[in-house]
Amino acid sequence: MSDKPGMDDGHEVWITGIGLISSLGEGLDAHWQALAIDPPKPAAAETERFAPFPVLPMVPLELDKQIPRKADQRQMEPWQRLGTYAAGLALADAGLAGDLERLAHMDMIVAAGGGERDVDVDGQILAGLSGGAQPEAFLNERLANDLRPTLFLAQLSNLLAGNISIVHKVTGSSRTFMGEELAGISAVEIAARRIRAGQGEQFLVGAAYNAERKDMLLSLALGNTLWQGAVNSVWERANAGGGMVTGSIGVFLVLESRASAEARGKTAYAKLGPVLSGRSRREPGQAAAVARGQVETLKPALGDKPVGVLSGATGIGPATLEERALLEELVAAGTVGPVRAPQSLIGNGLEAAFPAQVALAALALSRKGFYRPADPTGLELEAAEAPTQIIATSWGFWRGEGMALVEAID
Amino acid sequence: MGKIPGKTRDHLGRPVVAVTGMGVVTSLGQGVDDNWSALTAGTSGIHRINRFPVDHLRTTIAGTVDFLFDEAPRSAVLTEKLAELAADEAITRAKIGAPGDFPGMLFMAVPPVELDWSVKRDLYDNGNPDIADPYDRMIGSALAANDPDLYDYALYACVAEKTADRFGTRGAPISLSTACASGATAIQLGVEAIRRGDTEAALCIGTDGSVQIESLIRFSLLSALSTNNEVPELASRPFSKNRDGFVMAEGAGALVLEDYDAAVARGAEILAVIRGVGEQADDFHRTRSKPDGSPVIGAMRQALGDAGIGPDAVDYINAHGTSTPENDKMEGLSLEAVFGEHVKQIPISSNKSMIGHTLTAAGAIEAVFSIQTIRSGLIPPTINHDTPDPSIALDVVPNTAREAPVSMVLSNSFGFGGQNACLVIAAGPA
Repeated sequence: MSDKPGMDDGHEVWITGIGLISSLGEGLDAHWQALAIDPPKPAAAETERFAPFPVLPMVPLELDKQIPRKADQRQMEPWQRLGTYAAGLALADAGLAGDLERLAHMDMIVAAGGGERDVDVDGQILAGLSGGAQPEAFLNERLANDLRPTLFLAQLSNLLAGNISIVHKVTGSSRTFMGEELAGISAVEIAARRIRAGQGEQFLVGAAYNAERKDMLLSLALGNTLWQGAVNSVWERANAGGGMVTGSIGVFLVLESRASAEARGKTAYAKLGPVLSGRSRREPGQAAAVARGQVETLKPALGDKPVGVLSGATGIGPATLEERALLEELVAAGTVGPVRAPQSLIGNGLEAAFPAQVALAALALSRKGFYRPADPTGLELEAAEAPTQIIATSWGFWRGEGMALVEAID
Repeated sequence: MGKIPGKTRDHLGRPVVAVTGMGVVTSLGQGVDDNWSALTAGTSGIHRINRFPVDHLRTTIAGTVDFLFDEAPRSAVLTEKLAELAADEAITRAKIGAPGDFPGMLFMAVPPVELDWSVKRDLYDNGNPDIADPYDRMIGSALAANDPDLYDYALYACVAEKTADRFGTRGAPISLSTACASGATAIQLGVEAIRRGDTEAALCIGTDGSVQIESLIRFSLLSALSTNNEVPELASRPFSKNRDGFVMAEGAGALVLEDYDAAVARGAEILAVIRGVGEQADDFHRTRSKPDGSPVIGAMRQALGDAGIGPDAVDYINAHGTSTPENDKMEGLSLEAVFGEHVKQIPISSNKSMIGHTLTAAGAIEAVFSIQTIRSGLIPPTINHDTPDPSIALDVVPNTAREAPVSMVLSNSFGFGGQNACLVIAAGPA
């Protein structure tokens, strides 16, 4: 579906607040330092607890800063804390924290999976089930006795949004999209469409993923999607059998109509251009065909200067190699300029992956720079000049293809 | 925006959203006709659970859908099947597109995904017993299994993707969860997309086949479920003094929404219009509403405002009416606040008295029944209403269906996490 910018400038979508936390640090300065200034390298991966899979853990956070009540912190599992924390950062960054009048009308779209299971309880039950005389009755008894009543609320997908409402008082509409990376793509897309159509002025959009969890690694292992070994670039991984590295990420964006931002005297990091979502069954060439169509849709909006690309390549073999071939073709044709793949450094945060790329694109545009290459395979080249337009792509590790154009505000 | 000549617009100058197809599956049966016969006869679909043993459980009843599979399927598989049947009925009724080629977007409310215990047990049992950590053992056997079906159905995107594959919907599907308001949210998203002009048609589905041992115990631990196990059919008692919790249930509802003018142009039968939507999040508590009901009240008022009608235009309310002490009290208070004294003149009933609480699917299923109420002039009852709650002064259409002309319905859906979504469904454009 196309998402062309409206005729009316006031309905332009501005990114006026960003909350970003990952293994590389907390906040925009930390991410700029790690990705644009310092020699790029991933944070130290956790390689023991989740072996054979490396994961990139969240930097330590002072939760009290964004989730002041301990009672609230206790009611959440880690993924909800990461998201609620990042949402607080975004609201503060946008100058909206504590602005109850505006927060009461702010719309929220959260992309979420589910919360952490109690893997200890699961393990005890599985061990007990094995060879027991009445396994079903045993399962009932153990679950009824061992599950914490409040754990369910920490697992429900829509309870990240619920916690953000409670802690930060965002109480307009509240929707939670599910479906791995595509959920993050759709969340940004629908918010942008609603703003352009006048169906809302201010949106809080984002997601959180806690990589330090075996229950999710189990689901991902069913598809043999995970990289085993040292964390290297997605392009290297794709050349060596492929696999993704999961990373903890919390990211929220405040998306706002230009009219709304200007009325309250707020500048923006960047303008969010068309956001495009697509799907394919991932037979060879299908994802590239979807992405090619998306590039065609964006072309009329692309200027003369080199367009930066933040690829959402995961490192999973076929999709990453297919996207690489497409990007090489677009680079050769001069359609796009320098390419970067943030997942080489921060890992895949699933639902959070695409919002994080939009955040990183907006950050680079606001700093009038670009990120350093982090790729020994030769795709990522030095940027001759800072891009004023950045394309963020996301091909989900299973399905779903998304693309957004993020543009500098002159 | 002004009125555009030749184009049907609502009171705010927006495209009108028509319903041209609908389908439903519940514990009462498959299809609108069978469900409607049972519902208007006051039949309950609640029964004893036989999908899994109920030893050690406080609640042993549910409204499971047991007639589709010989052996108990995985939750996600049942969830997908329920959606398929409801969507197929809706699309057939709408006579839109071609088989496998639905000319519009898909908005789909699905329950959060987890590996079923049956799957975990198999992975564990097939794993290497020398590996001490149970999850490492399962991960080892997951890597060895190389089973695309197990993998796909472990993903949150799966059910909506497979549904999009099957019906050939356009663009990327939206999978969503707003807990027990999800079905209404799916419709709301479809309405907004058509009003924006993003699509001329939308397939909106709410589906839930997640009655499993752990989900039942989770709600039980929150003291949300009825323990009136003796006579299952009598357990769900919305708005009664002796109500003691909801009854978990399964099902799916599907609507085909279309731009009104596009639907008329292709000669489609207009079943109803979705005239207004409203939503307001609650910041009070993870499971309880703000004591003054203001978010629930706000959501209802927004829906009326969005529809461009006053409270006196509503002639039937399809209640959320879960049968929990908390919900029904809050819903009653909020209805009084919105409708004033007039509320006593508006018939209000809860489909959940018969089909139980279909969770993720509820808002969509109840939208289908709301439309059927308009079309038939017959209001389904709130059954098991023998002991009215004196603190709730509502006409709940007790026990027996009632004939009455209905042209404007408010349908309420509320969920954990402060979710409140309301729909105004009307017979036709104003």
